[in-house]
Amino acid sequence: MSENISSNKTLDLKGLACPMPVVKVSKGIKDVGVGEVLEAVTTDPGSLSDFPSWAKSSGNEIVKTEQGDGEIRFFIKRNA
Amino acid sequence: MKQAAQQDATFPDSGSLERIEAQVAELKGRMDALTDKQPADKLSMVVFSGDMDKVLASLVIGTGAVAMGMEVVMFFTFWGTPVLRDKDKSVGGKDVMGKMFGTMLPKGACSVKLSKMNMGGMGTAMMKSLMSKKNVASIEEMIELAGELGVKMYVCEMSMDLMGFKREEMIDYPDLTFCGVAKFLEEAKDSRVQLFI
Repeated sequence: MSENISSNKTLDLKGLACPMPVVKVSKGIKDVGVGEVLEAVTTDPGSLSDFPSWAKSSGNEIVKTEQGDGEIRFFIKRNA
Repeated sequence: MKQAAQQDATFPDSGSLERIEAQVAELKGRMDALTDKQPADKLSMVVFSGDMDKVLASLVIGTGAVAMGMEVVMFFTFWGTPVLRDKDKSVGGKDVMGKMFGTMLPKGACSVKLSKMNMGGMGTAMMKSLMSKKNVASIEEMIELAGELGVKMYVCEMSMDLMGFKREEMIDYPDLTFCGVAKFLEEAKDSRVQLFI
């Protein structure tokens, strides 16, 4: 699969604690169009399991997750 | 033989066709009734506790549920009621018991205490400073966020009356309703998730 996924918008959620990352990403996803990709960067380790749950529940899709330097980078395709 | 059986199945006589149609109609009716009974994607919560930790947990779950696309209702009752008092509002005309409860119970979200390790207020103060250091929102901030997200808050009228609280001393929240148990149950019946905290 293609390794270079480009995002249409980046959302900085670094330093935020639960529940703020999911609350903000659920608002932020509406800033990209359906079919577009939102890139969300968090530092909360809980978001590693929270984001997939949120995506499943909200009908969106996490196309790629990157980890490194204490940051987690999600590429979320808006489907709903 | 096999082909003949198949033909029989494809062309049933008019009597069995009527039976099948009647069965389909009955099943459709039952399906519709079930669809109506299906609970909504909603979370109904009873916030009974007035402890800072438990109230914080209920608000984290409530705001998180909105992010998950759910409708959220929080019903504040008993010790949870004073959490929604406004620290800057004071009302007169209370009787002795009302005045006593008013003084002894927390005046709003900023004065609720931890359920454990309060240590005369020291523990709660330490927890608050730790929360702000770790970027965890305070209860006041969470209530404000809940309001922005459209979380509905219900306040138990009976608790208000018992503790002598007046509506005028409660916070200005966008969707605050004073009600009884039936209102909560109406929401809870129609909710996929119900919690008592």
